[in-house]
Amino acid sequence: MSGVCNLKFTEFKSDQEVRWCPGCGDHAILNSVQKAMSELHYCKDDVAIISGIGCSSRFPYYMDTYGFHTLHGRGAAIASGVKIANPDLHVWEITGDGDALAIGGNHFIHLIRRNIDINVILFNNKIYGLTKGQYSPTSNRGFVSKTSPYGTIESPFRPGELCIGARGQFFARTVDKELKLSIEVFKEAAKHKGTSIVEVLQNCVIYNDKIHAEITDKQYKDDRTITLRHGEPMIFGKERNKGLILDGLELKVVTIGEDGITEDDILVHDAKCEDITLHLKLADMEYPKYPVALGVIRDVEASVYDECMEKQIKEVSEKSPIKSFKDLLYSGDVWEVK
Amino acid sequence: MGKRSKVIEKDEVVVRFSGDSGDGMQLTGTLFSYTSAIFGNDISTFPDYPSEIRAPQGTIGGVSGFQVHFGHSEVYTPGDYADVLVAMNPAALKANAKWMKPGGTIIIDSDSFDEKNLRKAGYKTNDPITEDKLGDFNIIKAPITTMTKESLKDMGLDNKSILRSKNMFALGLVYWLFNRPLEHTKEYIRKKFKKKPVVVEANIKVLEAGYNYGSIIQAVTPSYQISPADIEKGYYRNINGNTAVAWGFLAAAEKSDLPLFLGSYPITPATEIMQELSARRDLGVKVFQAEDEIAGITSAIGASFAGNLAVTTTSGPGLALKGEAIGLAVIAELPLVVVDVQRGGPSTGLPTKTEQSDLMQALYGRNGESPAVVMAASTPTNCFDYAFYAAKIAVEHMTPVILLTDGFLGNGTQPWKIPDLSDFPKINVPVVDENMREEWKPYIRDPEKLSRYWAYPGMKGFAHRIGGLEKDYITGAVSHDPINHQRMVDVRQAKVDKVVDYIPELEIIGEEDADLLIIGWGGTFGHLYTAYEELTNEGHKVALAHFNYIQPLPKNTSDILSKFDKKVVCELNMGQFANYLRMNFEGITLKQYNKVQGLPFTVKELKEHFIKLLEE
Repeated sequence: MSGVCNLKFTEFKSDQEVRWCPGCGDHAILNSVQKAMSELHYCKDDVAIISGIGCSSRFPYYMDTYGFHTLHGRGAAIASGVKIANPDLHVWEITGDGDALAIGGNHFIHLIRRNIDINVILFNNKIYGLTKGQYSPTSNRGFVSKTSPYGTIESPFRPGELCIGARGQFFARTVDKELKLSIEVFKEAAKHKGTSIVEVLQNCVIYNDKIHAEITDKQYKDDRTITLRHGEPMIFGKERNKGLILDGLELKVVTIGEDGITEDDILVHDAKCEDITLHLKLADMEYPKYPVALGVIRDVEASVYDECMEKQIKEVSEKSPIKSFKDLLYSGDVWEVK
Repeated sequence: MGKRSKVIEKDEVVVRFSGDSGDGMQLTGTLFSYTSAIFGNDISTFPDYPSEIRAPQGTIGGVSGFQVHFGHSEVYTPGDYADVLVAMNPAALKANAKWMKPGGTIIIDSDSFDEKNLRKAGYKTNDPITEDKLGDFNIIKAPITTMTKESLKDMGLDNKSILRSKNMFALGLVYWLFNRPLEHTKEYIRKKFKKKPVVVEANIKVLEAGYNYGSIIQAVTPSYQISPADIEKGYYRNINGNTAVAWGFLAAAEKSDLPLFLGSYPITPATEIMQELSARRDLGVKVFQAEDEIAGITSAIGASFAGNLAVTTTSGPGLALKGEAIGLAVIAELPLVVVDVQRGGPSTGLPTKTEQSDLMQALYGRNGESPAVVMAASTPTNCFDYAFYAAKIAVEHMTPVILLTDGFLGNGTQPWKIPDLSDFPKINVPVVDENMREEWKPYIRDPEKLSRYWAYPGMKGFAHRIGGLEKDYITGAVSHDPINHQRMVDVRQAKVDKVVDYIPELEIIGEEDADLLIIGWGGTFGHLYTAYEELTNEGHKVALAHFNYIQPLPKNTSDILSKFDKKVVCELNMGQFANYLRMNFEGITLKQYNKVQGLPFTVKELKEHFIKLLEE
């Protein structure tokens, strides 16, 4: 069983010098994870942080927990092995948009489908940073980069849509520099049993600076994002007077006090709803038509792979006549030569 | 039992069952093998089937075969040529007639030899016996389909169900031919179809009808007499190489007291190992059917990081996909066993056929200087032992181990004397201990083995980070220092080289003054040994050196090789092991005998070649 500790967030820092670029969003995410783990009363020795390859994947080296910096794209599969082998561990996977959605796309969707109890922090900066500036699977159509000098001719993945499409039961979104929200979301992800995907809108200061700025900058943030919380009305805006309603099958932004709209008309967020329809719409909202949704969008209970594995082993071993390897050796067609 | 007209006494016999891939020939062959083994014969079997599940009916491509070799002394191969062939249709006859011993017995289902089927099989005339010049064989033309229908006519079964039991008629007839009891097969049928009493009754009826048909035709048909073998006392079971591998890991889990984790993806001909372990939830085995080969091995590496005995199983194309991850296990120095049940390549190649052409891939198929231990099993039953020792070496030396078997070993069966686990050594897990906590770093090494110690998540006070980036020799932190890299490359190689002190020396079978040393490795042992034995009995001076440990090679390899002037390396590839030996022992002169047909060697071709070499 995992223990309960009262560690300061600084105690989760390793002795290694953090080598991300000054101004990189990763620094803030590292702090948020350390604070979340402290507030979750984690003990260091119960934590395994698994990463793939990319800037974000250096993360385990900076944590004074167990950590494994693995192969490009394979973090999800390695983390799966760790969690199944020892379900008592807190297993977190650190990945990026290239690592999780391009080279590791297959492992990403299958991890989600199986619903193994792993917390995935997906750093989305819409660029390949460690290889110095090529477009990624989340780069917008037409994006100009070193490998798309005339603009990309492909549509990006939306991580939330992909997660829910792969039967994901937990999806949340936060912004690197919003520490308070990140800590809150990471803790919710940790509490959720099953695979939790948290997309962090992260800024790459060198190769894709300000890629999220039009929605995350202080002067725009309130009007261009909406922070969802289970059971609370979907209200946003500097004046807290904008909200979301359903107009037919479409979400629609309305202003409270205009066209007879009152607060009672505004949708109330139900993150626990099994049906994916509204969650998908919320996850897919893009500026300028909509505010971008932050917070926990979907958080639904479902069967968890690693728990089912333990349960099945227990049930089968209780029922089976084979209790030891020796029993197996002598089972079935065995004969004696005298 | 009626009086038999003509009884042929033989030391050993090879029977081949063949028919359409839906005719149930694999089951028929398996049941016959069991009965022979229980009777006390030594046996060796080999299934030979197409990669299509139901290839076009009646065509040569769709022929599925099962060969059994049994005798009253030890048998080491399923046999080159058959004494008795069961051909359920013309295609089966066409495909197999060339694998018959002169004067053997051929049983055909005469009902299926109609014009349509004869044309499908490629016969130009309606007389396949003359066309294929089979006049010297004992041909038993049994109307198997008609007789099966006749014996079941009162049971109210539909035509499809009736035809499905044709194979039992053939089996009954073969039992008569070899004077074998039906009881074991009846018992099997009763158990297998215990919820369908009608099916039980039908199959047993047809089985008996086949046997009785033998009695009726005995006046014109010879039968065979093979006495039981002189076999060591004890309890036995039949086992194929794939099951033996799976069970070897179960034994290793018990002897190391580690939980067993298998991360794998279905691939012919290795899938059966995964199926076997999947059924072992009752022994706590965790089998993870991954989304692909890469996730198979990487999940296993994750489980190894978390302190499990971790295994992944595959065949050639899968090993190619796993290459990058094996490199991770090499640099992270985590224990891992990778089983490659080799098949014909390159690419998808011949999925159901055997080959030894992944040797170089196992040794070198990775980026960077990436040494791993490479071993090979050599008989279906010793797949158990080598899986056990692969796990032992992986854990005790903190290294990936690649275990090579092949389609021939994986699917072939032998009777197996059930081992006593107390005869197997304990596996010592090099886990960190409390006293090390203060001084410990992830890459501190055992001074003898040069392996690092294992600390896994959940252990108090040993939190650490490892990964695919080069690490500092002392601190274990990421390091790009040039001298440090050289030192780490050297020590990873030295660690694998050190394994040589923990493996047995190479044994020569035969005399040291032999005129020819036969060299082999892996799954060809049975054929090479039989060729060696027969040549020795015929007065030739030959010896055999067969390798199970390939990287590192046994300590005395050079000594043994230098004792013989004339040496021939025999392998089912273009010369990969021969070249590996040349690379390791400069100036060595080796002859080669290679075959890449998706088939095992035949003893006949080996002997002919060796005699030629002896005369040179």
